[in-house]
Amino acid sequence: MRDVRLLESAFSPGAEIERFAADHSGAGGIVSFTGQVRAADGCEALELSHYAPLTLPGMEALADAALARWPLDGLLIRHRVGLMLPGEPIVLVAAAARHRRDAFLAADFAMDHLKSDAWFWKREKRAGQWHWIEPREADRADLLRWQ
Amino acid sequence: MPVRLVFLGKLADCADASEHTVAAPLDWAGLLAHLPAELAVAAADPKVRVAVNGVLLVDKRALAAGAGDEVALLPPVSGG
Repeated sequence: MRDVRLLESAFSPGAEIERFAADHSGAGGIVSFTGQVRAADGCEALELSHYAPLTLPGMEALADAALARWPLDGLLIRHRVGLMLPGEPIVLVAAAARHRRDAFLAADFAMDHLKSDAWFWKREKRAGQWHWIEPREADRADLLRWQ
Repeated sequence: MPVRLVFLGKLADCADASEHTVAAPLDWAGLLAHLPAELAVAAADPKVRVAVNGVLLVDKRALAAGAGDEVALLPPVSGG
């Protein structure tokens, strides 16, 4: 049902989605979202740090909340930590469900929470300098949609 | 055994290393006194949360860490 992992090295969203689809062949549909490092705005690299005692348990609790809220056949979350280059995938969420709307909503819910409520700290390298990324008000506002 | 301090996010930049150790027992005033001034100011920010052995404190001023405990200082998350 729930398949949540933190990854220290690059991964292939396509391969993950293919395996997930094969494991949930009974589902009517699968919705997936991939977030990747923007190759724009002068971003040369992205580094995500985490705190092991909180980060993965928090992601597992998030997956459980989505599974409790919508009738899903399965929910997959992959999240990178460490150093990433433009174009590299950061996050993958995939939801399998009998009906598409449940899958869309669950994936949207999981992404909104990963973006603003998960234990990650992010810094970006621009013009050779690292800059910590502060929380965005828009991301926090997105969370209110689910209350 | 001492208390281990872990600094996350930009607090790790303020700290020389991302981990420190300090003698047990450790309360909030003791922690602030141990930190360099700049880091103590940053840690006192109400948005900075504290976890002991992976459990978040509701009120960090109630910190009571013993020998071998890990105290993490967690600035606001920037999201995945």
